[in-house]
Amino acid sequence: MKIDEIHNGYVLDHIRAGRSMEIYRALGLDSLDCTVAIIKNVPSRKLGKKDIIKIDEDIVLDLAALGYIDPNITINVIKDGLLVEKQHLKPPAVLVNVVKCKNPRCITSTEQEIDQIFRLSHSGGKDVYRCAYCEMQAGTQ
Amino acid sequence: MEEKKPLRHLIEIRDLTVAEIDSLIALAGDIIARPDDFADTCKRKKLATLFYEPSTRTRLSFEAAMLELGGQILGFASQDSSSASKGESVADTIRVVEGYADIIAMRHPKEGAPVLAAQYASVPMINAGDGGHNHPTQTLTDLTTIQREFGTLEGLTIGLCGDLKFGRTVHSLIAAMVRYPGTHFVLISPQELRPPVYILDSLARETNCKCTESRSLDAVIDSLDVLYMTRVQRERFFNEADYVRLKDSFILDTDKMRGAKQDMIVMHPLPRVNEISVAVDKDYRSRYFEQAKYGKYIRMALILELLGLRQ
Ligand SMILES: [Zn+2]
Repeated sequence: MKIDEIHNGYVLDHIRAGRSMEIYRALGLDSLDCTVAIIKNVPSRKLGKKDIIKIDEDIVLDLAALGYIDPNITINVIKDGLLVEKQHLKPPAVLVNVVKCKNPRCITSTEQEIDQIFRLSHSGGKDVYRCAYCEMQAGTQ
Repeated sequence: MEEKKPLRHLIEIRDLTVAEIDSLIALAGDIIARPDDFADTCKRKKLATLFYEPSTRTRLSFEAAMLELGGQILGFASQDSSSASKGESVADTIRVVEGYADIIAMRHPKEGAPVLAAQYASVPMINAGDGGHNHPTQTLTDLTTIQREFGTLEGLTIGLCGDLKFGRTVHSLIAAMVRYPGTHFVLISPQELRPPVYILDSLARETNCKCTESRSLDAVIDSLDVLYMTRVQRERFFNEADYVRLKDSFILDTDKMRGAKQDMIVMHPLPRVNEISVAVDKDYRSRYFEQAKYGKYIRMALILELLGLRQ
Protein backbone atom coordinates (compact mmCIF):
# COMPACT_ATOMS: atom_id res chain seq x y z
CA MET A 1 0.00 0.00 0.00
CA LYS A 2 1.42 3.36 -1.02
CA ILE A 3 0.44 6.91 -0.10
CA ASP A 4 -1.32 7.37 -3.44
CA GLU A 5 -3.71 4.60 -2.45
CA ILE A 6 -5.14 6.95 0.18
CA HIS A 7 -7.74 9.19 -1.37
CA ASN A 8 -8.64 11.59 1.42
CA GLY A 9 -7.08 11.13 4.81
CA TYR A 10 -3.77 10.83 6.59
CA VAL A 11 -0.53 9.00 6.65
CA LEU A 12 1.00 9.06 10.12
CA ASP A 13 4.70 8.56 9.56
CA HIS A 14 7.77 8.23 11.81
CA ILE A 15 5.86 6.50 14.60
CA ARG A 16 8.38 4.95 16.96
CA ALA A 17 8.32 1.20 16.29
CA GLY A 18 5.81 -0.55 18.54
CA ARG A 19 3.67 2.51 19.28
CA SER A 20 1.17 2.11 16.46
CA MET A 21 -1.36 0.01 18.37
CA GLU A 22 -1.42 2.55 21.19
CA ILE A 23 -2.17 5.27 18.67
CA TYR A 24 -4.77 3.09 16.96
CA ARG A 25 -6.61 2.84 20.28
CA ALA A 26 -6.08 6.48 21.36
CA LEU A 27 -7.50 7.82 18.09
CA GLY A 28 -10.44 5.42 18.18
CA LEU A 29 -9.54 4.02 14.76
CA ASP A 30 -11.22 0.72 15.57
CA SER A 31 -14.60 2.45 15.24
CA LEU A 32 -14.00 3.68 11.69
CA ASP A 33 -15.55 2.07 8.61
CA CYS A 34 -12.85 3.23 6.21
CA THR A 35 -9.60 1.56 5.28
CA VAL A 36 -7.03 1.77 8.06
CA ALA A 37 -3.61 0.26 7.54
CA ILE A 38 -1.06 -0.33 10.25
CA ILE A 39 2.39 -1.06 8.98
CA LYS A 40 4.89 -2.16 11.56
CA ASN A 41 8.67 -2.27 11.67
CA VAL A 42 9.30 -0.41 8.43
CA PRO A 43 13.07 0.19 7.94
CA SER A 44 13.80 3.86 8.54
CA ARG A 45 16.97 5.90 8.06
CA LYS A 46 16.09 8.21 10.94
CA LEU A 47 14.70 5.72 13.44
CA GLY A 48 16.09 2.36 12.40
CA LYS A 49 12.57 0.96 12.48
CA LYS A 50 9.27 2.78 12.46
CA ASP A 51 5.54 2.20 12.28
CA ILE A 52 3.17 3.87 9.84
CA ILE A 53 -0.62 4.26 10.02
CA LYS A 54 -2.70 5.12 6.98
CA ILE A 55 -6.28 6.31 7.37
CA ASP A 56 -8.46 6.74 4.30
CA GLU A 57 -10.92 9.19 5.80
CA ASP A 58 -10.83 12.87 6.61
CA ILE A 59 -11.41 12.41 10.37
CA VAL A 60 -10.60 14.93 13.11
CA LEU A 61 -7.31 13.82 14.62
CA ASP A 62 -6.73 14.22 18.37
CA LEU A 63 -3.43 16.06 18.04
CA ALA A 64 -3.00 16.29 21.81
CA ALA A 65 -3.17 12.52 22.18
CA LEU A 66 -0.79 12.03 19.27
CA GLY A 67 1.65 14.62 20.56
CA TYR A 68 1.61 12.99 23.96
CA ILE A 69 2.17 9.44 22.73
CA ASP A 70 4.87 10.39 20.23
CA PRO A 71 5.69 14.02 19.42
CA ASN A 72 8.01 12.96 16.58
CA ILE A 73 5.20 11.69 14.36
CA THR A 74 4.80 13.38 10.98
CA ILE A 75 1.22 13.81 9.79
CA ASN A 76 0.84 13.74 6.01
CA VAL A 77 -2.51 15.16 4.95
CA ILE A 78 -3.80 13.61 1.73
CA LYS A 79 -6.48 15.27 -0.43
CA ASP A 80 -7.67 13.73 -3.69
CA GLY A 81 -4.74 11.37 -3.61
CA LEU A 82 -2.17 14.14 -3.25
CA LEU A 83 0.02 15.09 -0.32
CA VAL A 84 -1.18 18.61 0.52
CA GLU A 85 0.39 19.22 3.92
CA LYS A 86 3.00 17.86 6.30
CA GLN A 87 2.31 18.58 9.98
CA HIS A 88 4.82 18.23 12.77
CA LEU A 89 3.66 17.78 16.33
CA LYS A 90 4.82 19.32 19.52
CA PRO A 91 4.07 18.12 23.05
CA PRO A 92 0.67 19.61 23.94
CA ALA A 93 0.46 21.92 26.97
CA VAL A 94 -2.66 20.22 28.35
CA LEU A 95 -4.05 16.71 28.00
CA VAL A 96 -7.75 16.26 28.65
CA ASN A 97 -8.95 12.67 29.01
CA VAL A 98 -5.95 11.21 27.23
CA VAL A 99 -4.32 9.56 30.23
CA LYS A 100 -5.76 8.55 33.57
CA CYS A 101 -4.14 9.41 36.90
CA LYS A 102 -2.89 6.25 38.59
CA ASN A 103 -2.46 7.79 42.04
CA PRO A 104 -4.91 5.96 44.33
CA ARG A 105 -4.87 8.97 46.68
CA CYS A 106 -5.93 11.37 43.89
CA ILE A 107 -9.41 12.92 43.92
CA THR A 108 -9.88 11.64 40.35
CA SER A 109 -9.95 8.10 41.76
CA THR A 110 -13.22 8.72 43.61
CA GLU A 111 -14.94 11.64 41.95
CA GLN A 112 -16.96 10.49 38.94
CA GLU A 113 -17.44 12.44 35.74
CA ILE A 114 -14.54 14.80 36.14
CA ASP A 115 -12.07 15.32 33.32
CA GLN A 116 -8.64 13.77 33.64
CA ILE A 117 -6.38 16.76 33.12
CA PHE A 118 -2.60 16.64 32.81
CA ARG A 119 -0.32 19.64 32.30
CA LEU A 120 3.09 19.75 30.68
CA SER A 121 5.91 20.75 33.01
CA HIS A 122 9.66 20.66 32.83
CA SER A 123 11.50 18.62 35.38
CA GLY A 124 15.25 18.01 35.26
CA GLY A 125 15.44 19.08 31.59
CA LYS A 126 12.68 16.65 30.63
CA ASP A 127 9.10 17.23 29.53
CA VAL A 128 6.74 15.51 31.97
CA TYR A 129 2.99 15.55 32.35
CA ARG A 130 1.57 16.04 35.82
CA CYS A 131 -1.99 15.50 37.02
CA ALA A 132 -3.70 18.89 37.43
CA TYR A 133 -5.17 17.67 40.72
CA CYS A 134 -2.50 15.72 42.60
CA GLU A 135 0.59 16.63 40.50
CA MET A 136 1.55 12.98 40.09
CA GLN A 137 3.54 12.35 36.93
CA ALA A 138 1.62 10.55 34.19
CA GLY A 139 2.28 6.83 34.16
CA THR A 140 3.66 6.71 37.73
CA GLN A 141 1.98 6.01 41.02
CA MET B 1 0.10 49.34 34.19
CA GLU B 2 -1.16 45.80 34.14
CA GLU B 3 -4.28 45.32 36.19
CA LYS B 4 -3.78 42.91 39.04
CA LYS B 5 -6.08 39.92 38.95
CA PRO B 6 -7.71 39.54 42.34
CA LEU B 7 -6.62 36.43 44.17
CA ARG B 8 -9.59 34.11 44.50
CA HIS B 9 -8.35 30.85 45.92
CA LEU B 10 -5.44 29.49 47.89
CA ILE B 11 -4.75 25.92 46.82
CA GLU B 12 -0.99 25.73 47.22
CA ILE B 13 1.63 28.11 48.58
CA ARG B 14 2.95 28.85 45.09
CA ASP B 15 -0.40 30.49 44.27
CA LEU B 16 1.00 33.44 46.22
CA THR B 17 3.87 35.60 45.03
CA VAL B 18 6.57 36.61 47.48
CA ALA B 19 5.09 40.13 47.49
CA GLU B 20 1.63 38.75 48.31
CA ILE B 21 3.03 36.65 51.14
CA ASP B 22 4.92 39.63 52.54
CA SER B 23 1.79 41.74 52.37
CA LEU B 24 -0.32 39.07 54.14
CA ILE B 25 2.26 38.81 56.91
CA ALA B 26 2.24 42.61 57.26
CA LEU B 27 -1.55 42.55 57.53
CA ALA B 28 -1.32 39.83 60.20
CA GLY B 29 1.08 42.16 62.04
CA ASP B 30 -1.47 44.99 61.86
CA ILE B 31 -4.14 42.66 63.27
CA ILE B 32 -1.86 41.62 66.14
CA ALA B 33 -1.10 45.28 66.91
CA ARG B 34 -4.68 46.59 66.65
CA PRO B 35 -7.16 43.69 66.97
CA ASP B 36 -10.11 46.00 67.74
CA ASP B 37 -9.81 47.66 64.35
CA PHE B 38 -10.60 44.34 62.72
CA ALA B 39 -13.29 43.07 65.07
CA ASP B 40 -16.18 43.87 62.70
CA THR B 41 -14.49 43.62 59.32
CA CYS B 42 -16.28 40.37 58.41
CA LYS B 43 -19.64 41.25 59.90
CA ARG B 44 -22.45 39.32 58.16
CA LYS B 45 -19.89 37.17 56.32
CA LYS B 46 -19.85 33.40 56.69
CA LEU B 47 -16.99 30.93 56.51
CA ALA B 48 -17.84 27.30 55.73
CA THR B 49 -15.35 24.78 57.09
CA LEU B 50 -15.81 21.56 55.11
CA PHE B 51 -13.64 18.97 56.81
CA TYR B 52 -13.91 15.59 55.08
CA GLU B 53 -11.38 14.29 57.58
CA PRO B 54 -11.03 15.51 61.13
CA SER B 55 -8.33 18.02 61.98
CA THR B 56 -9.50 19.80 65.07
CA ARG B 57 -6.48 22.08 65.30
CA THR B 58 -6.72 23.45 61.79
CA ARG B 59 -10.50 23.75 61.90
CA LEU B 60 -10.47 25.64 65.21
CA SER B 61 -7.80 27.98 63.88
CA PHE B 62 -9.96 28.86 60.86
CA GLU B 63 -13.10 29.24 62.96
CA ALA B 64 -11.36 31.38 65.60
CA ALA B 65 -9.97 33.56 62.81
CA MET B 66 -13.42 34.17 61.30
CA LEU B 67 -15.06 34.78 64.68
CA GLU B 68 -12.41 37.35 65.62
CA LEU B 69 -13.18 39.21 62.42
CA GLY B 70 -16.82 39.42 63.45
CA GLY B 71 -17.96 36.80 60.95
CA GLN B 72 -19.90 33.58 61.37
CA ILE B 73 -19.06 29.95 60.75
CA LEU B 74 -20.81 26.81 59.58
CA GLY B 75 -19.70 23.45 58.30
CA PHE B 76 -18.88 19.88 59.23
CA ALA B 77 -15.97 18.36 61.12
CA SER B 78 -15.74 14.90 59.56
CA GLN B 79 -16.99 12.91 56.64
CA ASP B 80 -19.48 10.94 58.78
CA SER B 81 -21.41 14.07 59.64
CA SER B 82 -21.61 15.25 56.04
CA SER B 83 -23.62 14.26 53.00
CA ALA B 84 -20.37 12.97 51.50
CA SER B 85 -20.87 9.83 53.53
CA LYS B 86 -24.02 9.32 51.47
CA GLY B 87 -21.89 9.48 48.34
CA GLU B 88 -22.34 13.09 47.33
CA SER B 89 -19.50 14.35 45.16
CA VAL B 90 -17.24 17.24 46.14
CA ALA B 91 -18.41 19.10 43.05
CA ASP B 92 -22.05 18.87 44.17
CA THR B 93 -21.33 19.74 47.79
CA ILE B 94 -19.45 22.88 46.76
CA ARG B 95 -22.25 24.05 44.50
CA VAL B 96 -24.69 23.74 47.37
CA VAL B 97 -22.49 25.22 50.09
CA GLU B 98 -21.43 28.27 48.08
CA GLY B 99 -25.04 29.37 48.34
CA TYR B 100 -24.68 29.56 52.11
CA ALA B 101 -21.15 30.85 52.61
CA ASP B 102 -18.95 33.71 51.42
CA ILE B 103 -15.71 31.75 51.67
CA ILE B 104 -14.87 28.06 52.07
CA ALA B 105 -12.01 26.26 53.85
CA MET B 106 -11.83 22.62 52.83
CA ARG B 107 -9.86 19.67 54.15
CA HIS B 108 -10.05 16.43 52.23
CA PRO B 109 -8.15 13.13 52.39
CA LYS B 110 -7.80 12.96 48.60
CA GLU B 111 -5.05 14.88 46.86
CA GLY B 112 -6.25 17.60 44.52
CA ALA B 113 -9.79 17.78 45.97
CA PRO B 114 -9.50 21.57 46.49
CA VAL B 115 -8.40 22.04 42.86
CA LEU B 116 -11.59 20.32 41.82
CA ALA B 117 -13.65 22.32 44.31
CA ALA B 118 -12.19 25.60 43.02
CA GLN B 119 -13.36 24.72 39.51
CA TYR B 120 -16.95 24.78 40.75
CA ALA B 121 -16.82 27.41 43.49
CA SER B 122 -17.88 30.97 42.83
CA VAL B 123 -16.64 31.97 46.28
CA PRO B 124 -12.99 31.88 47.43
CA MET B 125 -11.67 28.41 48.33
CA ILE B 126 -8.91 27.78 50.84
CA ASN B 127 -7.15 24.42 50.90
CA ALA B 128 -6.96 23.39 54.56
CA GLY B 129 -4.97 20.27 53.67
CA ASP B 130 -5.47 17.67 50.92
CA GLY B 131 -4.08 14.33 51.97
CA GLY B 132 -0.30 14.27 52.00
CA HIS B 133 -0.21 16.92 49.30
CA ASN B 134 -0.61 20.64 50.13
CA HIS B 135 -1.38 22.58 53.27
CA PRO B 136 -0.70 26.20 52.34
CA THR B 137 -2.06 27.85 55.49
CA GLN B 138 0.39 25.79 57.56
CA THR B 139 3.19 27.13 55.38
CA LEU B 140 1.87 30.68 55.74
CA THR B 141 1.85 30.10 59.50
CA ASP B 142 5.48 28.94 59.41
CA LEU B 143 6.55 31.91 57.29
CA THR B 144 4.72 34.34 59.56
CA THR B 145 6.43 32.89 62.63
CA ILE B 146 9.88 33.17 61.07
CA GLN B 147 9.25 36.69 59.77
CA ARG B 148 7.88 37.91 63.10
CA GLU B 149 10.83 36.45 64.98
CA PHE B 150 13.64 37.62 62.71
CA GLY B 151 12.06 40.62 60.96
CA THR B 152 13.01 39.08 57.62
CA LEU B 153 12.74 35.89 55.61
CA GLU B 154 16.06 36.38 53.84
CA GLY B 155 19.49 35.04 54.63
CA LEU B 156 18.40 32.56 57.29
CA THR B 157 19.76 29.09 58.03
CA ILE B 158 16.81 26.76 58.37
CA GLY B 159 17.30 23.28 59.81
CA LEU B 160 14.59 20.80 58.83
CA CYS B 161 14.76 17.75 61.03
CA GLY B 162 13.05 14.35 61.07
CA ASP B 163 10.90 12.82 58.35
CA LEU B 164 11.80 14.83 55.27
CA LYS B 165 10.54 12.17 52.90
CA PHE B 166 6.83 12.12 53.69
CA GLY B 167 6.51 15.38 55.62
CA ARG B 168 4.44 17.65 53.43
CA THR B 169 4.87 20.66 55.73
CA VAL B 170 8.61 20.44 55.10
CA HIS B 171 8.21 20.12 51.32
CA SER B 172 6.00 23.11 51.14
CA LEU B 173 8.16 25.19 53.50
CA ILE B 174 11.12 24.46 51.21
CA ALA B 175 9.07 25.48 48.15
CA ALA B 176 8.23 28.77 49.87
CA MET B 177 11.63 29.59 51.43
CA VAL B 178 13.59 28.82 48.29
CA ARG B 179 12.24 32.09 46.87
CA TYR B 180 13.97 34.14 49.57
CA PRO B 181 17.59 34.91 48.72
CA GLY B 182 20.32 33.61 50.99
CA THR B 183 18.31 30.79 52.55
CA HIS B 184 20.54 27.96 53.70
CA PHE B 185 18.63 24.71 54.12
CA VAL B 186 20.14 22.14 56.46
CA LEU B 187 18.35 18.83 55.88
CA ILE B 188 18.67 16.62 58.93
CA SER B 189 17.23 13.12 58.56
CA PRO B 190 18.08 9.44 58.57
CA GLN B 191 19.15 8.10 55.19
CA GLU B 192 15.76 6.37 54.87
CA LEU B 193 13.83 9.61 55.25
CA ARG B 194 15.77 11.98 52.99
CA PRO B 195 13.62 14.36 50.92
CA PRO B 196 12.34 13.04 47.57
CA VAL B 197 14.76 13.34 44.65
CA TYR B 198 12.70 16.00 42.87
CA ILE B 199 13.09 18.31 45.87
CA LEU B 200 16.82 17.68 46.17
CA ASP B 201 17.16 18.30 42.42
CA SER B 202 15.23 21.54 42.58
CA LEU B 203 17.39 22.71 45.48
CA ALA B 204 20.57 21.80 43.62
CA ARG B 205 19.46 23.97 40.68
CA GLU B 206 18.75 26.98 42.91
CA THR B 207 21.47 29.60 42.78
CA ASN B 208 19.91 31.84 45.44
CA CYS B 209 20.01 29.22 48.15
CA LYS B 210 22.39 26.77 49.73
CA CYS B 211 21.60 23.28 50.89
CA THR B 212 23.49 20.83 53.04
CA GLU B 213 22.51 17.44 54.42
CA SER B 214 23.28 15.91 57.77
CA ARG B 215 22.54 12.58 59.40
CA SER B 216 22.90 14.10 62.86
CA LEU B 217 21.16 16.99 64.59
CA ASP B 218 23.96 17.38 67.14
CA ALA B 219 26.49 17.96 64.38
CA VAL B 220 24.74 20.98 62.88
CA ILE B 221 22.51 22.53 65.54
CA ASP B 222 25.03 25.31 66.30
CA SER B 223 24.69 26.70 62.76
CA LEU B 224 20.91 27.10 62.73
CA ASP B 225 18.67 30.17 63.00
CA VAL B 226 15.52 28.06 62.83
CA LEU B 227 15.11 24.42 63.81
CA TYR B 228 11.93 22.99 62.29
CA MET B 229 11.15 19.64 63.90
CA THR B 230 8.90 16.92 62.45
CA ARG B 231 7.99 13.51 63.71
CA VAL B 232 9.84 10.33 62.76
CA GLN B 233 7.09 7.73 62.69
CA ARG B 234 7.71 4.13 63.57
CA GLU B 235 5.70 2.88 60.59
CA ARG B 236 8.11 4.57 58.17
CA PHE B 237 10.80 2.03 59.00
CA PHE B 238 11.10 -1.47 57.63
CA ASN B 239 12.25 -2.89 60.91
CA GLU B 240 11.97 -2.00 64.55
CA ALA B 241 15.75 -2.17 65.11
CA ASP B 242 16.40 0.67 62.63
CA TYR B 243 13.72 2.78 64.25
CA VAL B 244 15.09 2.28 67.75
CA ARG B 245 18.65 2.92 66.58
CA LEU B 246 17.73 6.17 64.85
CA LYS B 247 14.90 7.76 66.71
CA ASP B 248 16.95 9.37 69.48
CA SER B 249 19.19 11.17 67.03
CA PHE B 250 16.15 13.06 65.83
CA ILE B 251 14.56 13.85 69.16
CA LEU B 252 15.19 17.32 70.51
CA ASP B 253 16.01 17.49 74.20
CA THR B 254 17.59 20.04 76.54
CA ASP B 255 20.99 18.41 75.99
CA LYS B 256 20.93 19.09 72.29
CA MET B 257 19.56 22.60 72.91
CA ARG B 258 22.81 23.46 74.75
CA GLY B 259 24.60 23.38 71.42
CA ALA B 260 22.16 25.80 69.75
CA LYS B 261 22.60 29.54 69.18
CA GLN B 262 21.12 31.87 71.77
CA ASP B 263 18.70 33.31 69.21
CA MET B 264 17.76 30.11 67.41
CA ILE B 265 14.05 29.31 67.45
CA VAL B 266 12.43 25.86 67.57
CA MET B 267 9.33 25.30 65.46
CA HIS B 268 6.97 22.36 64.98
CA PRO B 269 3.69 22.12 63.02
CA LEU B 270 2.05 20.24 65.95
CA PRO B 271 0.71 17.91 67.16
CA ARG B 272 3.93 16.74 68.71
CA VAL B 273 4.36 13.20 69.97
CA ASN B 274 7.81 12.69 71.44
CA GLU B 275 10.16 14.34 68.96
CA ILE B 276 10.53 17.36 71.22
CA SER B 277 10.92 16.47 74.86
CA VAL B 278 8.52 18.34 77.15
CA ALA B 279 11.46 19.89 79.03
CA VAL B 280 12.27 21.95 75.91
CA ASP B 281 8.89 23.73 76.22
CA LYS B 282 10.39 25.84 79.02
CA ASP B 283 13.36 26.88 76.88
CA TYR B 284 12.86 30.51 75.81
CA ARG B 285 13.78 29.51 72.27
CA SER B 286 10.79 27.21 71.75
CA ARG B 287 8.16 28.82 69.56
CA TYR B 288 5.72 26.04 68.59
CA PHE B 289 2.85 27.32 70.68
CA GLU B 290 3.35 30.90 69.46
CA GLN B 291 3.45 29.42 65.97
CA ALA B 292 -0.11 28.12 66.45
CA LYS B 293 -1.22 31.61 67.50
CA TYR B 294 0.36 33.16 64.42
CA GLY B 295 -1.64 30.59 62.49
CA LYS B 296 -4.86 32.26 63.56
CA TYR B 297 -3.65 35.77 62.65
CA ILE B 298 -2.37 34.83 59.22
CA ARG B 299 -5.68 33.04 58.51
CA MET B 300 -7.48 36.25 59.51
CA ALA B 301 -5.31 38.17 57.05
CA LEU B 302 -5.97 35.57 54.34
CA ILE B 303 -9.74 35.66 54.84
CA LEU B 304 -9.76 39.47 54.60
CA GLU B 305 -7.62 39.38 51.48
CA LEU B 306 -9.66 36.71 49.69
CA LEU B 307 -12.93 38.42 50.55
CA GLY B 308 -11.55 41.71 49.25
CA LEU B 309 -12.27 43.34 52.61
CA ARG B 310 -8.77 44.61 53.24
CA GLN B 311 -8.95 48.31 54.05
ZN1 LIG C 1 -4.00 12.77 40.11
